[in-house]
Amino acid sequence: MKELKFYGTPLPGTEIKPYSGKLIVIEGTDYVGRTTQVNLLRTWLESTGNAVLDTGMTRSVLAGRGIKKARAGHTLGRLAMQLYYLTDFADRLENEILPALRAGFIVLTDRYIYSALARAVVRGIDPQWIRAIYGVALVPDAVFYLRIHSAEELARRVIDSERDFDYWESGMDLRLGADYYESFVAYQSLLLREFDRMSGEYGFEIVDASRSVRRVASKLRHSVARVIEEKLLTERATFTTGSTRPEVIKRTTLSAQDSAIENPKSDAAKVA
Amino acid sequence: MSISSHCDQEISGAFPIKALTHHPSYAQQHYPGQLFVVEGTDGSGKSTQLSLLYQWLKSEGYSVVFSEWNSSPLVKDTTRRAKKRRLFTPTTFSLLHATDFADRIERNIIPPLKAGAIVLADRYIYTAFARDVARGCNRSWVRELYKFAIKPTAAFFFRTPLDVAIDRIVSTRPKLKFYEVGMDMDWAQEEEESFRIFQGRVLSEYDRMVKEFDFTVIDGTQPIPLQQRQIRAIVSSYLTKTREKAVLKK
Repeated sequence: MKELKFYGTPLPGTEIKPYSGKLIVIEGTDYVGRTTQVNLLRTWLESTGNAVLDTGMTRSVLAGRGIKKARAGHTLGRLAMQLYYLTDFADRLENEILPALRAGFIVLTDRYIYSALARAVVRGIDPQWIRAIYGVALVPDAVFYLRIHSAEELARRVIDSERDFDYWESGMDLRLGADYYESFVAYQSLLLREFDRMSGEYGFEIVDASRSVRRVASKLRHSVARVIEEKLLTERATFTTGSTRPEVIKRTTLSAQDSAIENPKSDAAKVA
Repeated sequence: MSISSHCDQEISGAFPIKALTHHPSYAQQHYPGQLFVVEGTDGSGKSTQLSLLYQWLKSEGYSVVFSEWNSSPLVKDTTRRAKKRRLFTPTTFSLLHATDFADRIERNIIPPLKAGAIVLADRYIYTAFARDVARGCNRSWVRELYKFAIKPTAAFFFRTPLDVAIDRIVSTRPKLKFYEVGMDMDWAQEEEESFRIFQGRVLSEYDRMVKEFDFTVIDGTQPIPLQQRQIRAIVSSYLTKTREKAVLKK
């Protein structure tokens, strides 16, 4: 069991009771393969008997739809953008993440506050202000930063995915380049720099995302297994000292991980 | 620095001067325009006074822009849906209103101020400070949230005793809404009782902001023309003071 720890002021009405779940964050810029890895991790965690909740930006019941609509219409100003995303985050934190953690779930989140911080700062928003208003965020148990070497490499991934450069992923609102390609490279370079800067500040565990999907997945499994190992140990300790939660959680073994790597259920693996 | 220091209560005291000029993008707020805002509980008569002021400034030949709380098209659908389905917590209620305000300030408030117009705002950041804190949000956190706001030229606070304001609302409005009366907070079973508790808390937040934000207090129980005369006198004094700053007059 662990005390809830926040970066700043907790949400009003949050009970600071210890919880048994784990909050695991997968972060990184666009096209580093975050979503693929979250799907693989989820499948593996569930196969080893862990209850998983996965969540990500713009998925809140409250604000997800509105943000997507505003993005599609290119109507988000740089201040409104930050606050709309924070609304989305707070809704998921209060209604999904915290309840799941209390119920002992592994919460896997595809991006957390760090993407929001990076996007804000490259848009000239005061770094201290954006950090302060995201102070409602819970400090996660682990942050894996999927890192890629250059924005040019990301641009090649966009092209290989046979998609067009996206307006927001290219930071077109910032007018950084003559066309989508130039703007994408300039914008993603700024984001990379910001992520690297946050790495020490927030204790990111860096994962080289230039490697194959399999190798990244394997690395993540080993690291996540370690985090869950702690969870099992603390739970067992609580159990033997007379906890009221006699639930059985299967032990995660490395052999279970390896078999799951060979058979990823998710279609996400094809992005390799 | 770490992000844990903003919960110190001391921040609120330093806020009006320091924080409003802190944001790098709005640090230089030497816009040629003027921003006047009205604040007060529901039924305090502020909207009536603001529209009279608007008419007058227009007739005097100024370029005047009117801006209302909770009016951004960006979040309109989200707000309406959330109210209908009762999705809000005090935090998300606060945050969505801040989003609405951010959109308005970027779109409807700063551009006219830059162009040298007069902007009249029916409710401003102080409405959030009063309502959100009444709903249990952290006082410094809400102030931090709105740090990007522009400091108004003058903020008029229409102070009306609770009973007068509540009578005005209850007698003129057929049905009060769920969040408006604070039914989400479980303060009372009856709507009118809940509304009374909520408005009481809002009023006491306004009262403590009078000094903090240097409100110009207008007695909302005075006759309407008398209040208007006081407001026009104050607004005129700012306009003559800054005539050389070229407030747009056709």
